[in-house]
Amino acid sequence: MSVRNLLLGSGATRAFARGWLVAGFVFLYLPIVALVIYSFNASLMPVVWGGFSLRWYGELAHDQELLQGLWLSLRIAFYSASGSVVLGTLAAFTLVKYRRFLGRTIFTGMVNAPLVMPEVIIGLSLLLMLVMMQRWLGFPERGLLTIWMGHLLLGLSYATVVVQARLQDLNPELEEAATDLGARPIQVFVLVTLPLILNSLVSAFLLTFTLSLDDVVLSAFLSGPGATTMPLVIFSRARLGMRPDINAAATIIIGVVSVGVVAGSLFIFRAERRRAAEMAAAQRA
Amino acid sequence: MTPATAAPATLQIRDVVKDFGGGSVAVNHVSLDIHKGEIFALLGSSGCGKTTLLRMLAGFEIPTQGSILLDGQDLAGLPPYLRPINMMFQSYALFPHLTVWDNIAFGLKRDGMPKERIAERVEAMLKLVQLPKYAKRKPHQLSGGQQQRVALARSLAKRPQLMLLDEPLGALDKKLREETQIELVNIIHEVGVTCVMVTHDQEEAMTMATRIAVMSEGKILQVGAPAEIYETPATRFVADFIGNVNMMEGTVAVDEPDMVEIDCGYCRHRVGHGITGTVGMEVSVALRPEKIRLSRTKPEGQVNQVQGTVRDRSYFGSFTVYNLELAGGRRLKVSESNVERHREDAPAEGQVAWATWPDTAQVVLTQ
Ligand SMILES: Nc1ncnc2c1ncn2[C@@H]1O[C@H](COP(=O)(O)OP(=O)(O)OP(=O)(O)O)[C@@H](O)[C@H]1O
Ligand SMILES: [Mg+2]
Repeated sequence: MSVRNLLLGSGATRAFARGWLVAGFVFLYLPIVALVIYSFNASLMPVVWGGFSLRWYGELAHDQELLQGLWLSLRIAFYSASGSVVLGTLAAFTLVKYRRFLGRTIFTGMVNAPLVMPEVIIGLSLLLMLVMMQRWLGFPERGLLTIWMGHLLLGLSYATVVVQARLQDLNPELEEAATDLGARPIQVFVLVTLPLILNSLVSAFLLTFTLSLDDVVLSAFLSGPGATTMPLVIFSRARLGMRPDINAAATIIIGVVSVGVVAGSLFIFRAERRRAAEMAAAQRA
Repeated sequence: MTPATAAPATLQIRDVVKDFGGGSVAVNHVSLDIHKGEIFALLGSSGCGKTTLLRMLAGFEIPTQGSILLDGQDLAGLPPYLRPINMMFQSYALFPHLTVWDNIAFGLKRDGMPKERIAERVEAMLKLVQLPKYAKRKPHQLSGGQQQRVALARSLAKRPQLMLLDEPLGALDKKLREETQIELVNIIHEVGVTCVMVTHDQEEAMTMATRIAVMSEGKILQVGAPAEIYETPATRFVADFIGNVNMMEGTVAVDEPDMVEIDCGYCRHRVGHGITGTVGMEVSVALRPEKIRLSRTKPEGQVNQVQGTVRDRSYFGSFTVYNLELAGGRRLKVSESNVERHREDAPAEGQVAWATWPDTAQVVLTQ
């Protein structure tokens, strides 16, 4: 029975289905709603309602530690998303276009490994490597660079999967047509392949950006003194006890993300509807 | 047989083999000469290697053996983007992110042609395919037939020495397809480009091509003008593949200077055109359904005749196809064109009828 039938079913079934639906939504969103509400709490105590206040939002503006963490997180997220998209595109391109080359199996495994490997283990092994490098080479200092490398490692795998999926359903005749019309391999890539996979590059960028922005595990292993990302700041504060200013910071992030997601979906929805209408018009003509 | 020209062929395919490995050879020792201005069709059933041969001409596949010469120049080692050859793809492969105008201009821009000349050429191409009003549209805003014409314009824009068409009308529905065949031929003739096209539709090949090569399992079985292939097929396979045919096995019974007689058991053929054979030789007789006449009375003075019962009759408008059951349960297909509106003596189902044909109608095949 389809979900639709279940929801439209009669009497008891219907009430039961509705109940489950509501329970599901409550389970998913109640914590977030609570967090948003308590960010406006005047009281310092996390579970006592002391009246409405914007106090914590005001305090946030002077919270140097958190602001610096945010700035660092944004920079790392930007760098690692950019790097992941570039490397992921190259890896995906290689895997899709070259069916046979020496070490292809190993390459595929290496690209996919971070997807299935527990993050703690990746973090630990990277830390070990860094400690050894530090000892023998005196480089690199733990900080932005090392966190970036860790996030890049993880992001690269995700970006490869996203871009690979798009490249695989690209009609191979399009690239051949470009070649046939006189475009050299690099021109084919820039003028035809790249514009056609642009959507997936944007998706890969957003995905790896978020992945880096909210990463705690790898960052914890790879950060050094003075390089504390926002999730690390929040995490360490939460251990000392819930504070409303963290709720305020989280609410801002939720707000920004929601607006972004809604705007993005609307844009895609509109574009698809317009495209469908144009195709229908062409067929009628 | 090739047109009588002294000049060497524009395109020379010399003993080309393509082996993808794994036991089967996609293209097996193919040699062809294709002349300037020809529309040459590669015709064959699915998987016989047509596309592979075409892709070797375009440069997307490298022949395992043999050579390909265009205007005397060996194409080996020349990548697709340097060959003066353009291809029209089966899926059209129009760039979805570019407008019709930019699609057609794509190849010209790669050649570094000055802007004004590109504009001129694109306008001319749009006019040629009757789409000037659609220049600003994206491919998805066009109907299937319009997309096909844009693809044609794009592959003609660079004035290639050779144009390749892979199933050029394969994606169109039947009616549009028939209209487009003639239009496509007219455009190709107007431009005067040499064409090699691939099709598995024999009617399409007949209508469009100046010459046809029939392929099977990577080999060329016969090359010739459409009428030649149809009227004098060289092998049983070709006779069977092109159009409908009644195939009868028999042995040569009488061999005289001006005729032979072939005994097929249930039916005796007198063949009057210049063939000879030794008595007792095993041959096949191919007889096209439209060369046979039906009558309800036994015809006088006809050597080639056989009696049968009409088992079914299908009316197609301009012609009617009869399925005749002969002695021993064999079947004979007869196609009569409907010259009169209501033929009085047309044999009905279940009736006995005599089939007759002139002694020039048969093709005798030994392979
Ligand atoms: N890249 C390839 N690798 C291995 N085998 C191939 C490859 N391309 C084609 N073949 C094989 O070569 C043979 C000929 O294929 P081809 O595509 O030329 O057939 P075709 O005549 O164009 O058929 P269709 O009418 O179905 O398009 C087929 O058996 C096919 O499986
Ligand atoms: Mg094919």
